[in-house]
Amino acid sequence: MKVPMPRQPPALETRGVNKWFGANHANRDVSLAVPKGTIHGVIGENGAGKSTIMSIVYGYLPADGGTILVDGRPVAVRSPRDALVAGIGMVHQHFMLVDPFTVLENVLLGAEGGVTLAAGMARARVELTRLARDYGLEVDLDRPVGELPVGAQQRVEILKALYRGADLLILDEPTGVLTPQETDHLFRILRALRGQGKTVVIITHKLREIMELTDNVTVMRRGQVVANVATADTSREELAELMVGRKVLLRVEKAPATPGPAVLEVSGLRVRDGAGVERVKGVGLTVRAGEIVGIAGVSGNGQSELLEALAGMRPLAGGSVRLRGEELTDRPDRFTARGLRALGVGHVPEDRQRVGLVTSFEAQECAILGHQGDPAFNGRLLMDRHALFDRCAAEMDAYDVRPRDPRLPAANFSGGNQQKIVLAREMERNPDLLLVGQPTRGVDIGAIEFIHRRLVALRDQGKAILLVSVELDEIRALSDRILVMFDGRLVGEAAPDEADERRLGLMMAGVAGAA
Amino acid sequence: MDDALLVVLLLADATIRVATPLVLAAFAALYSERAGVVDIGLEGKMLAGAFFAAAVASSTGNPWLGLGAAVAASVALALVHGFACITHKGNQVVSGMAINILVAGLAPTLAYAWFRQGGQTPLLPGEARLPQIHLPGVEALSGIPVLGPVYRELIDDANVLIWLTVLLVVATHWLFTRSRFGLRLRAVGENPAAVDTAGLSVTRLRYQAVIITGVLTGIAGAYLSTAHGAGFVRDMTAGKGYLALAALIFGKWRPWPTLFACLLFAFTDAVQVRLQGVPLPVVGVIPVQFIQMLPYVLTVLLLAGFVGRAVAPRASGVPYVKER
Repeated sequence: MKVPMPRQPPALETRGVNKWFGANHANRDVSLAVPKGTIHGVIGENGAGKSTIMSIVYGYLPADGGTILVDGRPVAVRSPRDALVAGIGMVHQHFMLVDPFTVLENVLLGAEGGVTLAAGMARARVELTRLARDYGLEVDLDRPVGELPVGAQQRVEILKALYRGADLLILDEPTGVLTPQETDHLFRILRALRGQGKTVVIITHKLREIMELTDNVTVMRRGQVVANVATADTSREELAELMVGRKVLLRVEKAPATPGPAVLEVSGLRVRDGAGVERVKGVGLTVRAGEIVGIAGVSGNGQSELLEALAGMRPLAGGSVRLRGEELTDRPDRFTARGLRALGVGHVPEDRQRVGLVTSFEAQECAILGHQGDPAFNGRLLMDRHALFDRCAAEMDAYDVRPRDPRLPAANFSGGNQQKIVLAREMERNPDLLLVGQPTRGVDIGAIEFIHRRLVALRDQGKAILLVSVELDEIRALSDRILVMFDGRLVGEAAPDEADERRLGLMMAGVAGAA
Repeated sequence: MDDALLVVLLLADATIRVATPLVLAAFAALYSERAGVVDIGLEGKMLAGAFFAAAVASSTGNPWLGLGAAVAASVALALVHGFACITHKGNQVVSGMAINILVAGLAPTLAYAWFRQGGQTPLLPGEARLPQIHLPGVEALSGIPVLGPVYRELIDDANVLIWLTVLLVVATHWLFTRSRFGLRLRAVGENPAAVDTAGLSVTRLRYQAVIITGVLTGIAGAYLSTAHGAGFVRDMTAGKGYLALAALIFGKWRPWPTLFACLLFAFTDAVQVRLQGVPLPVVGVIPVQFIQMLPYVLTVLLLAGFVGRAVAPRASGVPYVKER
């Protein structure tokens, strides 16, 4: 690793930065220093304030006090324009691109170099070609950005920053949407940037990336910096503990599966999306009792539609679905979200805020969604609020939902706790088959550990679980069998121990199709 | 043969005259909506423009002062819309509708208070109306077949605002595709966050767009009362603001298709006028009310069936709030 020159001022330094969102103290005296010419990691759980501090540095959010220094000089960053002038560029987690615009137009926006576009376009074309060559940032300049794969869109964002002369590049959760190959490509680009003397700050919650890529790392917890360490002097376990504030088990401990009879048998399944486009193009799979089958794939390859169809939320365009040997497609009355629930199918939807919960409802009301007709919660005429409350309080105890307040609206819980409310609802019904989509998206590392242990425990009770996740680490940690989905088809199967990441990545990218 | 040509030319002439305020209003909305601000208040701004143009032209005898007053009134209303929708992130449809209702009541009331003619302005004499532009060479060309009559009937003696509108269409096309302002305007309507993070002010851009909208709707209003007509009459916009909005949607928020849609609507209107009371083969004379329905029926049919998937600017109608 690189040791910064002793007398050189840091490329970026923050001193005592504070930020409030209402009553929430999102940044508490945040002080950190990023040495010049290094790759610096900022890690922390969701809500730890890592994106907030970088948004302040970029001038996207105003700070409530504190100083920002660039190359040792204090700068007043009141808007992204000030940050750009100071040589700071940022790649946001949600890309800030105009989809119908070409790559060239996107790069030019805000840096047009004149009242008309022609001259600036010609200049940008030359400059971007040079940048692409120097850093491996190849993209087709004349394609609309919306047609590009996410990896290429991210390269456009980096080009935007470099074209504006950024010496310090901040990337917020850059790998969340990338395949392993795209991630490797990105890391090569970032190392090339470091090689040219640029400074890179990467915000992430993925420990593996920190260890692989960074020179130094700042750990944040609840708005505060809890550690600044050289990456070489630390370990994943230590970082995880610093992030969460207690010891965390990073691997899911589980015994080998003992699969029983088939619970779910799917063959030739076809599903169309809302626009009529076929998204699932003939999928066949089997999930047995006592096993977790994971479906890996880059987001948008039909996994969501597959899961929704199996949960009765989306009509089939063809194929057969059998539950415990009974053909469901012959019984359209039972092949609905409600009918399936009665047949012992639980569903943890991918989008908990839109589908899994009614966020303006109280937690206790959310906890019975789909079971609101259950006599246990109903009196003769009105609902039995006491029964509701007790039931929800018990589930909150069992699933460690915080705060333990059944009357709090679901919107007021953090992502991890919302997810626990949904999981508790679905798992406490003791389903024979549990359909789970993105169980830990936007969930803290501490809660992830809990959710994973619960899912494995359910499997060990002899239940069948179908897991869809875009987090490859999660798929590998939980699944007993891994199926890879690409472009609406299952293109490969692997056992988790033999599934090396490269092979899975190639299948996810559709390269080793039907391998 | 010459008669047929004359009918075609008269239809074309009527089409252009009817289309002009539609084009002005539709292009007004084009600026606003491409910048992400839905403007259902075209109708109200046009009506305010029509009233102030006629009122000032009638009082001063100068149509150009009238035009200035129309633009000023319309821009003022546009700024109200901007203040509600951009600064205070209010609901854009509600704000636009409020402007329509406000003006629909206010204009006749003011007209009554000032002129005492039952909510109208006095009939404007010729010199208080916006002039037509007389071109040279009509006599010289009149001998040439086709070109001569086309020049005489269609191009000569067009109102000055018609020429201005032609200029506007070309300028808008250039501005949207070739200029920095156009690039930024289109960007702020698609993804304001991208504009913000590029170091540009979303608020400033959207206000600029809304002001342009105000200027153009003001001109459209002045055309109605001091060029095409000769004075303000209650409700004289008669839904043209909504029709312009429909044309914009039919034109998928792009300049040339929007122009085409305006011309199509205007053409059905011109045909409608000519068909009144004319016996048609097979069906005979159709009651005038049904004929008058034609442009509106066409609008409904086009919007319901033939537009296909209209792709509005993605951030259209959405106030910009920073994510945190």
